[in-house]
Amino acid sequence: MSVSAMFAALQGALGQDQDIREEIRKVVQALEQTAREILTVLQGVHQGPGFQHIPKKCQKAREHFSTVRTQMESLKTKFPADQYYRFHEHWRFVLQRLVFLAAFVVYLESETLVTREAVAEILGIEADRERGFHLDIEDYLSGVLTLASELARLAVNSVTAGDYSRPLRISAFINELDSGFRLLNLKNDSLRKRYDGLKYDVKKIEEVVYDLSIRGLNKEAAVGAGGEK
Amino acid sequence: MSGKEGSGGFRKRKHDNFPHGQRREEKENVNPSSALMTSFKSFQLELDTRHDKYERLVKLSRDITIESKRTIFLLHRFTSAPNGEEILNESEVKLDAVRQKIKQVAQELIGEDMYQFHRAISPGLQEYVEAVSFQYFIKTRSLISVEEINKQLIFTAEDREETTNTTSNSHGKQQHTWSLKVTPVDYLLGVADLTGELMRLCISSVGNGDIDTPFELSQFLRQIYDGFTYIGNTGPYEVSKKLYTLKQSLAKVENACYTLKVRGSEIPKHMLADVFSSKTELIDQDEGLP
Repeated sequence: MSVSAMFAALQGALGQDQDIREEIRKVVQALEQTAREILTVLQGVHQGPGFQHIPKKCQKAREHFSTVRTQMESLKTKFPADQYYRFHEHWRFVLQRLVFLAAFVVYLESETLVTREAVAEILGIEADRERGFHLDIEDYLSGVLTLASELARLAVNSVTAGDYSRPLRISAFINELDSGFRLLNLKNDSLRKRYDGLKYDVKKIEEVVYDLSIRGLNKEAAVGAGGEK
Repeated sequence: MSGKEGSGGFRKRKHDNFPHGQRREEKENVNPSSALMTSFKSFQLELDTRHDKYERLVKLSRDITIESKRTIFLLHRFTSAPNGEEILNESEVKLDAVRQKIKQVAQELIGEDMYQFHRAISPGLQEYVEAVSFQYFIKTRSLISVEEINKQLIFTAEDREETTNTTSNSHGKQQHTWSLKVTPVDYLLGVADLTGELMRLCISSVGNGDIDTPFELSQFLRQIYDGFTYIGNTGPYEVSKKLYTLKQSLAKVENACYTLKVRGSEIPKHMLADVFSSKTELIDQDEGLP
């Protein structure tokens, strides 16, 4: 084969590659839009009256997740199934954000950490690499770390709204999460950087709990009048 | 490894800074067998396995790079030494050793997504492409194709590696096959590096009084350069970056040919090398100013 024919063939392959990337980018943009919408819905919980409507807001967010599932379906068709990591960078960010949103919904509903399998189900993807488009473990952990900073904010705002018991529950949850992350041997990568931020979230929540206990407000909460001033 | 231990130690020290009472309380709160902790334990295992594999691949890639570099140095001796055949045979032996390493890489990647670990092995593969295409050029005076390279990276039989499992022994020569595919981008980057070697070959062949090789090389380099300009910016960023160096190599070789044509007729052969080396120095200086 002549040199020019060889390069023409390579150019063809690279051109196809670019087409695939273009297609993926389009779907990812749509996914980002949906993710923003879900985030807007969930941001309502930080405002005073929002605390009464948490179940309703979660319900609404879950409806949006069905859009995510159809968008994920179309993303799956845009590239060969065995080349997930070749194009991983394109959807990495939005996938982490979606994991966070799903984890936030599940936390608000049941105050537990969503499992990797459950997130995968909410997003309409697989937890295992063998079975197709899956959720990479680092993306899952990144999303969970975003949840931690969101909960630190929620703890502050729930005190403002007069809900004194929630920070205590958040504190217990975050502590458990922190011990979980301490089990991991992280490499010096982006996940490690995000993990380094976790201690500030832990600290923030501990401060809130401290403020409450020094004023005896945690006991008041324990008596059971969660929403009262 | 040491980095990991280091960070672990750092984390441990940090915990000691916690007030003791609080620390104990926290420990009581966290049940080590809760659902969350068990799942994080499995995450630990999964992440460690992945990182270990990555490290092993990085090490293999470094070995591949080193051996390929040595092969290239060996091949540079080819033109100056009288025992050409011997050197070619020796280079073949060396490349076989490199291929054995690549086989190990392929075995590591059984059942994995190659692109997940691509960053670990890419430098080694590029260097291998450079070495193998250099040898191919010396033998046949033409460019090896990416298919040709990939053909040599299928070990034992014809099947694709994805379908086979890692079940029995790793030396099962009849049933098991491993293959690794050099990606188009790795190939392109390797070929771009090759042009640098060809430039060196051109300059040193003038030093040996070989008047024909430089012209042949400039012809060949021009073809490659045309190829790269045809690809232009369709390729990734690294490819366009190499294009600049390629242009410099080509200019050097073209200037060499020019000098040979102009001066060759008027100065005695044995002085050509001197004229030439001063000329290349001049070009080197020019490159500092782009």
